[in-house]
Amino acid sequence: MKPPAFRYHAPRSLDEALELAVALPNSRWLAGGQSLMPMLNFRLVSPEHLIDLNRVEGLAGIREVDRAIVLGAMTRQREIEFSPLVRAQLPLLAEAIHWVGHPQTRNRGTIGGSLCHLDPSAEQPTVALAMDATLSIAGPNGRRELAMRDFALDLMTSALDDGELLVDVRIVPWAPGHGGAFVEFARRHGDFAIISVAVLLEADDGGRIVRASITLGGVAATPVRVAAAENCLLGTRVAPEEIDAAAKCCAMVDALGDPQVPAWYRQRLANTLAARAISLAHSRMKTTRS
Amino acid sequence: MNSQHIAAVSEAGDARTDDASTEPASEPSRTITLSVNGRRQTCQVSERKHLADFLRQDLALTGTHVGCEHGVCGACTVWVDGVTARSCLMLAVQTDGSDVRTVESLALDGGGLSVLQQAFQDHHGLQCGFCTPGILMSLTELLRDDPEPDEATVRLTLSGHLCRCTGYQNIVAAALDAAAKLRAAR
Repeated sequence: MKPPAFRYHAPRSLDEALELAVALPNSRWLAGGQSLMPMLNFRLVSPEHLIDLNRVEGLAGIREVDRAIVLGAMTRQREIEFSPLVRAQLPLLAEAIHWVGHPQTRNRGTIGGSLCHLDPSAEQPTVALAMDATLSIAGPNGRRELAMRDFALDLMTSALDDGELLVDVRIVPWAPGHGGAFVEFARRHGDFAIISVAVLLEADDGGRIVRASITLGGVAATPVRVAAAENCLLGTRVAPEEIDAAAKCCAMVDALGDPQVPAWYRQRLANTLAARAISLAHSRMKTTRS
Repeated sequence: MNSQHIAAVSEAGDARTDDASTEPASEPSRTITLSVNGRRQTCQVSERKHLADFLRQDLALTGTHVGCEHGVCGACTVWVDGVTARSCLMLAVQTDGSDVRTVESLALDGGGLSVLQQAFQDHHGLQCGFCTPGILMSLTELLRDDPEPDEATVRLTLSGHLCRCTGYQNIVAAALDAAAKLRAAR
């Protein structure tokens, strides 16, 4: 179908964008448009005003600030995919981005758009939670920062208030030598994931895990960190039975069910893919003695 | 014909306005200037009209096909500022100042087929042809960026396109053949 009628606005600056959002009732931000445009064409949403962020100065780009990587909300997924900085510092994100849609949609789609849209099967929110990303938000009452775990509230529901806008995402890289893996299952490459698993592991010189992050995407309404699974690995050298125990914790997460993918199947996949992702992340660790 | 609202005013004077009568009189519109297949155009366009409809209805460039209108089928794929994009997922007004290229730009100056287009003909890379314009735009981008793609890379590029006729095999063969011919010509 065609989108319902709306008024289109193309502000040039952040201030102008924020003023428009306050002044215009029932408005939506338009980022890369790879989710919002289908929703408009399906008439699942019918805003009176679209505020296009594509011409707003300073919202795109990847930079290093105080040993953190800051990604502007309007940074295209294709730029992330080919960024040497992301590949070197955030290999988990670089690996996950290949699973996002197709090359043709990554040319337009943005990291900020995906984080705010919060599709439960989306890869970027899963990585943001796995890496404890900090989100910088601008609004009519000034700036604030939120951790990803406080940002994703529910199914396609973020903590953004009316008139607020995600400006950038700050991610602190893990220590050199850490291992990470992003594993996903979809029926065809580029389809929405049924589930995905992000794993990060860091060990001491003796090969014992000192830091672990295990996150499931697509299982529940929002990405889920599985602390119980992380605890199974902390202090261990990641023996097969410890991987098994951690994966079993992932299968205990309360899962969404739908007519095509019942909850039990998501839990089974969580078990299998978590074990696979942990093994892969472990094999990618580089410790001085192990 | 309600040329007041949707008149596509082309500097070259070849644009059509055949869709104008279907637009309600209150439709908000704005004027954009863009380059389409190397030709500068200034047009008045409805704010909610997506790029694919604009190309087809206002500029009469019907090579770009409209399939699913939600970004899945890939038939509407064009180039915007040198990279592929779904033209059903962009508003025409967003392309103000942009360089847009469609399948009509692929043929050689004399009207002959491009190397990739010829390879599609040679390998029977199309049957009904509905998906072909989008696939040609994506593969032309791939062959520009990666002169030596392997089969897996070609298939990854094609994963953003649906073809219900060919089973993809002949499309893959055409892409690999075109890549080899382009390398040999270098």
